[in-house]
Amino acid sequence: MKSINLKVNQITRVEGHGNIVLKVSGGKIQELKWEVTESPRFFEAMMRGRYYEDVPYLASRICGICSIAHTTASIQAVEAAFGIQPSAQTMLLRKLLFNAELLESHVLHVLFLAAPDFLGAGSVFPLLQTHPDIVVMALRLKKLAYNLAEALAGRKTHPLSCEVGGFAKMPDLKELEAIRKRLEAALVDFDTVVGLYKGLRIPDFTRETEYIALKDAGEYAFISGDIASTDAGIIPLSNYLKVTNEFCVPHSTAKYTRHKRDSYMVGALARFNNNHKQLLPRAQKVAAELGLKAPCYNPFMITVAQLVESFHAAEDSINLIDQILSRGVATEDNAVKPKAGRGIGAVEAPRGILFHDYTFDKNGVLTNANCVIPTNQNHNNIQKDMEALVPLILDRPEDEIRLRLEMLVRAYDPCISCSTH
Amino acid sequence: MKPKVAFFDFSGCEGCQLDALNLDAGDVVDLLNAVDIVNFREVMTERADDYDIAFIEGSVTRESEIARLQKIRSQAKVLVALGACASIGGVNCLKNHLPMEEALRIVYGDKAGYYDTIPARPANAVVAVDYYVRGCPPVTGELVKVVKALLLGKKPEIPNFPVCVECKMAGNICVFERGKTCLGPVIRAGCSAICVTSGRHCWGCRGLVDEPNVDSEKDILQKYGLTVAQVVEKFKIYNTYGDVAK
Repeated sequence: MKSINLKVNQITRVEGHGNIVLKVSGGKIQELKWEVTESPRFFEAMMRGRYYEDVPYLASRICGICSIAHTTASIQAVEAAFGIQPSAQTMLLRKLLFNAELLESHVLHVLFLAAPDFLGAGSVFPLLQTHPDIVVMALRLKKLAYNLAEALAGRKTHPLSCEVGGFAKMPDLKELEAIRKRLEAALVDFDTVVGLYKGLRIPDFTRETEYIALKDAGEYAFISGDIASTDAGIIPLSNYLKVTNEFCVPHSTAKYTRHKRDSYMVGALARFNNNHKQLLPRAQKVAAELGLKAPCYNPFMITVAQLVESFHAAEDSINLIDQILSRGVATEDNAVKPKAGRGIGAVEAPRGILFHDYTFDKNGVLTNANCVIPTNQNHNNIQKDMEALVPLILDRPEDEIRLRLEMLVRAYDPCISCSTH
Repeated sequence: MKPKVAFFDFSGCEGCQLDALNLDAGDVVDLLNAVDIVNFREVMTERADDYDIAFIEGSVTRESEIARLQKIRSQAKVLVALGACASIGGVNCLKNHLPMEEALRIVYGDKAGYYDTIPARPANAVVAVDYYVRGCPPVTGELVKVVKALLLGKKPEIPNFPVCVECKMAGNICVFERGKTCLGPVIRAGCSAICVTSGRHCWGCRGLVDEPNVDSEKDILQKYGLTVAQVVEKFKIYNTYGDVAK
């Protein structure tokens, strides 16, 4: 009978530190664990005592990949606490900035982190020799997303111009016009990626779970809406704690969550399963071409859902730039009057629904903070997926089991240091 | 032989490493012609314990990280602190103002006993650091400059004058003139005053210049309406490692 003693120490090509442990003896699984070993940073403790304008600045530092998502959720939580309604112009700019990060993050995952597994490489670097066109294109797409964020917020990692109340600086419209042209070209590049992914063999594995995402009646939700669950329907944002139910396990410095079942999933596939009808036409077409159909219960398809969303974000960005160009931009007064109270901000970060929940005193000093990160919500689902997957592949060689488990974790595109904020 | 380069992440957001990937395709090819990247967990599966140059990202916040950093130091010929967390402790040091038990309790409640943490510290509080790439995150140009300098065995020229100098050169209206407050007068330049240029103010992520006139800055901040307590809060975000962490 088979024995396995497998430990993947600090799985690579993911953000942060996590281990996979699998012990099998006599053909029976003795131990199977997804361990999160990343050092916690205590942001919720560090935010206490901060003046409101420093809170989104600090929140951004929770994550180097999705800093725009954290900044936006944080700004919206402060605005909710102070009763500030952002202007129509601010919402257009925020959505466009949000798309920039989504594009950059998805390109990073689809092409740099996930693709090497399918192409038999350990990283993107050898692909410079074997698939130079793809690597150059990936760098070009990343640069475009980066430049879009730069045009709106000064930079992508830890954005600057977006603040509580609006934008501290208006973008240069000529720059946006030039980026619009590059977005058109990016849609052609993404078609090439679709061609690449059509030729890849996505593992065939399904496990139905609960899928949770923001939902907005007006659009494929990223920075507005309430909570949607495939098990429980629509839940108002104010009840988010009843959805997340965070709990601690000793082998993980990141908290876990559960709602209607043992675990739930957030992220691109959860968004797709809840909101696919609201995708823009080109993204819908690509989903069909890649065989992504709602409801989809295969976690390995998360990467495909990200590719579909990349089309949506590129097309949506073109539309947003057109609106901004036609209405023009004007500097607005972002003066803020703090007041005592609590506010919740929720956005769909690239890896899923993200909550920031703050309480301020009357001087605008933060007294309590709670942040629930997408990857926190996925850790438990990764564990349950592993438990369902391993028995199906136990007869395979150990190296193959190891690679398949690593690919499963990578499919979730986990942002581990974010989850141990 | 091309020098072997390794990247290691400690406690931080990993944004510095990811920003390093924002080079143009041509620069990436140039870089790979000049060095062998042998360890970069975030983007590659291969790893090696044989390296010459180690980039350290993040601050040290656990006992286990002290031993890990010491081991890296004993292997590396050159050790580079990448970003604010590794260079000056970064935002992580904000937790040092609390007893560690209190920080653990705020975040983990009655399960605090599962976890461990120590006051956050920069790399040079644990081992000798040869080069610094400052900023939160660093500007890509400075990273390239430092890499070039260390490949040539030279010291990179990093400004030791305040952000105000570059801010003036960028043509910005002084933040104080706009009725807001700023740490620019005492913080090391090299960032082209990107935060002020983007409509905000300086938070101090590159650390103090050598011999900063902190008292004078505190006077200015108070003159513009901040109380002593508020002034201290402003500095806390990046620049109190030396004051509170023992």
